[in-house]
Amino acid sequence: MAATVSSFISAINDSITSNKVFLTDLDGVIGDADHGINMTRGFNAVVLKVSEEDTDVGATLKKVGMTLISTVGGASGPLYGTAFMKAGGEAVGKTTLDGETIIKMWLAALEGIKARGKATLGEKTMIDAIEPAMEAFKKAMEEGATIEAGLERAVEAAEAGIEYTKTIRATKGRASYLGDRSIGHQDPGATSFTIILKTLTDHYKKEVLGV
Amino acid sequence: MVGIVVVSHSKKVAEGIVELSMQMAGPNQKIVPAGGMEDGEIGTDAVKIATAIKEAETGKGVVVLVDLGSAVISSNLAIELLEEEGLNIDIRIADGPVLEGAVSASVQAYIGGTIEEVVSAAELARDVLKLQ
Repeated sequence: MAATVSSFISAINDSITSNKVFLTDLDGVIGDADHGINMTRGFNAVVLKVSEEDTDVGATLKKVGMTLISTVGGASGPLYGTAFMKAGGEAVGKTTLDGETIIKMWLAALEGIKARGKATLGEKTMIDAIEPAMEAFKKAMEEGATIEAGLERAVEAAEAGIEYTKTIRATKGRASYLGDRSIGHQDPGATSFTIILKTLTDHYKKEVLGV
Repeated sequence: MVGIVVVSHSKKVAEGIVELSMQMAGPNQKIVPAGGMEDGEIGTDAVKIATAIKEAETGKGVVVLVDLGSAVISSNLAIELLEEEGLNIDIRIADGPVLEGAVSASVQAYIGGTIEEVVSAAELARDVLKLQ
């Protein structure tokens, strides 16, 4: 059974849109209360530009990245835009993905976000979910696990990453203005990433594995 | 002349700063606004910034003035997008106040300053006191 890249993108749009208020509320506590609105605007624009005819994963993800850059606003636009473009750069000409390629894409996206945002692990950002999730997936692949198992372990690691962001102080972005008052609240960017990852995992299980 | 790009989260702010800066420079000075998102919403758009940089470039380089937070992230991404396009433009992001910096930079660019002098003019604007 095959699932097109555009069906994955469409699934992300659905879940981001249904979490619009949730993400915006999280951002309202420690940021500027626009993350859900911005991400929804971005992915709503993305689905209009991606179709079933887009079969090259790399080219499609680059298109997704460029669209997010021009439509999201806030720091998450250039950050997610960079992530999708860098991931796409590792999948040019590919119509299917294997574990090894996914690791390369994930690493490129992570490095892109770190460089673009000048951020690292432990600063209460999306990196606190993306990096441990990538490490969990990589470890699973090295142990010979299936893509499904790898993705499930990655989701668990990303969820643990969200919990971790509650325990630390923000040093990047708008939330850093709050200092210690940011402790106790989860990071909206780590949350939106985890929603995306969970959506990709569920969609993979449903559309590719048929479970 | 060195070109200038004004990046703001707001389209109106960027256009207003350009309008004010043009008062200090001649009509042939390139000062290009890059404010707001594609649909006019608040935010910064690296694609729009990249387009503005191309418009501002006349061979002497471009100085970019930025407002808040993600304006820097988007401007850096714009520079990378232009590099990927294979364009070789000398682009500097000035670490100065967006309004006062743009006005000072425009004057410096218009009188034929080098890119270093234009950046320096924009950054010195940070220390100009108003109540003395």
